[in-house]
Amino acid sequence: MAQSNSPTRVVVVGGGLAGLASTMKLTELGAQVDLISLTPVKRSHSVCAQGGINSCNDATRQLGDDEWKHLDDTVYGGDFLNHQPPVKEMAFWAPKVIELMDRLGVPFNRTGEGFIDRRRFGGTLYKRTAFAGATTGQQLLYALDEQVRRQEVEGNVNKHEFWDFLGPIQDETGRCRGVVAQDMVSMEIRAFPADAVVVATGGCGLIYGRSTMSVFCTGSAASRCFQNGAKYANAEFIQVHPTAIPGADKLRLMSESARGEGGRVWVPRTPQDPRGPRDIPEADRYYFLEERYPEYGNLVPRDIATREIFDICVNEGLSVEDDRMCVYLDLTHIPRHELDRKLGGILEIYEKFQGVDPRDEPMKIFPAVHYSMGGLWADYVKSDEGGLEAGAPRNHMTSIDGLYAIGECDYHYHGANRLGANSLLSCIFTGLFTGSSIMNYSASQESGATDVPQSLLDSAVKAQQDRHDHLLNGNVGSEENPYLIHQELGDLMTRVATVVRRNDQLEEAIQKVDELHERAMKVSLADTGSWTNQNVIFAKSLQDMFPLAKALLKGALQRDECRGAHYKPDFKKPSLTSDDPVERRRQAEAWCDAFEANNEKYLKSTVATWNTSTNQADLAYEDVDTSLIPPRPRLYGLVGAEEIEQVWNERAAEKAAQSKSGPGLVGTN
Amino acid sequence: MIALDPSTKKRPEFINVRVRRQDAPGKAPYWELHKIKYEPEMNVISVLQRIAAQSTNRDGKKVTPVAWDCGCLEEVCGSCTMVINGRVRQSCSALVDRLLADNADEIVLEPMSKFPVVRDLIVDRARLFQGLERVKAWVPVDSYFNMGPGERILRDDQERNYPLSQCMSCGCCVEACPQYNKIELTQKSGESDEEFEAREKAAYSEAFVGPHAISQAMLFNNHPTGKVLAGERLDALEGPGGLASCGNAQNCVAVCPKEIPLTTSIARAGRATTLHAIKTWFEK
Repeated sequence: MAQSNSPTRVVVVGGGLAGLASTMKLTELGAQVDLISLTPVKRSHSVCAQGGINSCNDATRQLGDDEWKHLDDTVYGGDFLNHQPPVKEMAFWAPKVIELMDRLGVPFNRTGEGFIDRRRFGGTLYKRTAFAGATTGQQLLYALDEQVRRQEVEGNVNKHEFWDFLGPIQDETGRCRGVVAQDMVSMEIRAFPADAVVVATGGCGLIYGRSTMSVFCTGSAASRCFQNGAKYANAEFIQVHPTAIPGADKLRLMSESARGEGGRVWVPRTPQDPRGPRDIPEADRYYFLEERYPEYGNLVPRDIATREIFDICVNEGLSVEDDRMCVYLDLTHIPRHELDRKLGGILEIYEKFQGVDPRDEPMKIFPAVHYSMGGLWADYVKSDEGGLEAGAPRNHMTSIDGLYAIGECDYHYHGANRLGANSLLSCIFTGLFTGSSIMNYSASQESGATDVPQSLLDSAVKAQQDRHDHLLNGNVGSEENPYLIHQELGDLMTRVATVVRRNDQLEEAIQKVDELHERAMKVSLADTGSWTNQNVIFAKSLQDMFPLAKALLKGALQRDECRGAHYKPDFKKPSLTSDDPVERRRQAEAWCDAFEANNEKYLKSTVATWNTSTNQADLAYEDVDTSLIPPRPRLYGLVGAEEIEQVWNERAAEKAAQSKSGPGLVGTN
Repeated sequence: MIALDPSTKKRPEFINVRVRRQDAPGKAPYWELHKIKYEPEMNVISVLQRIAAQSTNRDGKKVTPVAWDCGCLEEVCGSCTMVINGRVRQSCSALVDRLLADNADEIVLEPMSKFPVVRDLIVDRARLFQGLERVKAWVPVDSYFNMGPGERILRDDQERNYPLSQCMSCGCCVEACPQYNKIELTQKSGESDEEFEAREKAAYSEAFVGPHAISQAMLFNNHPTGKVLAGERLDALEGPGGLASCGNAQNCVAVCPKEIPLTTSIARAGRATTLHAIKTWFEK
């Protein structure tokens, strides 16, 4: 059957950078888009990103930079867990992305001559990062929001703001034919038939109760796809930022530059010393980073800082406060005028939200859950050049036919750890790049949005209406409060699955989460009304946090290694101990053997499938495409790093020579 | 004075919170009292979270949780605007210690008064975004393909535009504006959703567009490609509900949480429309 004459109809779920970029590109390619978002799209969480957006550029090229190096920094930073073809494509698109955003009116900071200014970010030697003040995410999002508003006025976009995505609609072949969503004001549940569906709903930080993410980042949309058969990959990789301001309601980021300018991290030696910080003499203070890492002091790498702060509070019990974990980040020894000149912006945030002047009193900070590296599993088609095949329908398609995942809610680009200023890039890139893939997919289908049987739409709506009604009236006599269960889940996840992971704790948490899941399924709601019932919306998102939490915990339990954001001290690779050169060489050889053996076992993406009969996540593992850059050890801070690196380089050179002389002898994987 | 000195223990054990509630559009508003346990470093969002979790009023009677809107909780997304102790602001950056320092007895929370109430503290701010449509607040680029870089922009222009582009459409400026009046229509019986929306849109487009939209018009008129539409934007500002409706009360700039120079934008728009009018007259 030929396609009807009606235009391609795509539902985009989520109005952050990825969702808006996708909407904008799809409308340009002729699609009609239904854009569904929990919040007015201009208020999406992308507005919170501060640092900037990466691309190699004219200036860095003259220093020897190129897209290939951007690719290399990304996969090295990600501890080689990224499939390399998508990262390659992203790195090569990056300059184009910046240029487009520039044309769309993003007020990037300028050099004196009027070019886009750049700054340096962690994990790279080049000034690749374009920025608009300290609110780059906000500026990028607004530029896309404006273009989507323009398309809306043209009649190409229908925005459905304050709508909650409840799940994909699938036909008997499993293909996604649209979505069911709920108006959060009138509580009406409605079907949106479509040729294809894009999910761009961001991270799942709220599983941890509080994080640096917005309240919209529950992960429930991704979970609803997961529970309907989409695979979910690398759930265990959650980036934790070392310094954030703990708040009763949320955790707000505090930039690393505070330590860069001389900030000192400490706790009182006496647990919960009742004295004010300035009354505690030097002798009673424990500058634990400076004592434990005399060489680097407060400027140890991010992951080490994160782990040590966590350790001092959790294992040593030396948190500044007894009911809340935090350490002091002290700037009070630095003259006020210097602080104002160098750190004014971030100190104002602390002042505004804590009501305390950090020039007078040390800041109380703690690591905070910040970014989901994992997400919905998504396919791609590799091109002959090792990047992605432009326009291939399978690019970023989930394991549900016709359902796409882009932005933070898919699992590509960041690997085991995210390189700073790459997330904005990955969101806009995936939104733009997948436009033609989605159009080609839609064009190749025999039936489209207009042909979806009414019975299919009706039954999908009914299933969701039943769930909704059951939540309002089904749990008579139950005393379970969704907000309190959420608190318990968050506390548990934060305790066992953030910075340092231990198998016994993970096992215990898995059992506890099972119990919480059962309790969450029979919550009793204080509001059973049918107008703007936030209670029932929250209860649903809470219930849907559990499948992701389970995939995350199980993934972490089964991964017995340290890789990027996932750190298990029991499986840490030791430093070299011997002073004897021969023995040291032998140790380095053994270290490299162990590293290779570990990669053999764990250089894999965890791929979870939701098992509806057991209510558990089943895990499988897929090989990582490392065809462009062979994995190498990350040795920062390790004793004996030079020897290990030497052995590793010799082995790599040998392998390269062998593969040249006889094809197929040695694989690079 | 930044905060209460941590050594003074004069903090209360409980906080009284008075919330102006409304169950749905068209329903009568009513006041409800809540009492929650004081904790250090609370903001209005965490107060509302506690109210949601306990779902009983001050007398211990079971009540529905108060509905409110919030997002990033970092004063960037613009969701959580409400009137707190009589002043419009973001509830995330409204710290309880400071509120209690001003008024030790209670915290009073009300929805913004210039927009139709959806429920409790949630209002419908669609008119704010429609204001952006009215002034065509976007850059009309040819396409989203790779066409190379945009024009070079001088640092001065970037520094003038950057503050304007921080507007988060929160609504503080229009809440404080005496010329921005509430428009609340009700759906007639037999009127379809689409018809009602169209009628609502028509009413909005006659009324004062608001300082935020005027400022956005100036932002895009100062962009090398955006200025292609400068004439159309100025036409919109000369029309009904445009600049002539501004009474120059200057309340907007006083309440803007991002300290956007709104009155400067309005003055610039005034000059630009005058020039535009003369130019159009000569071209007739």
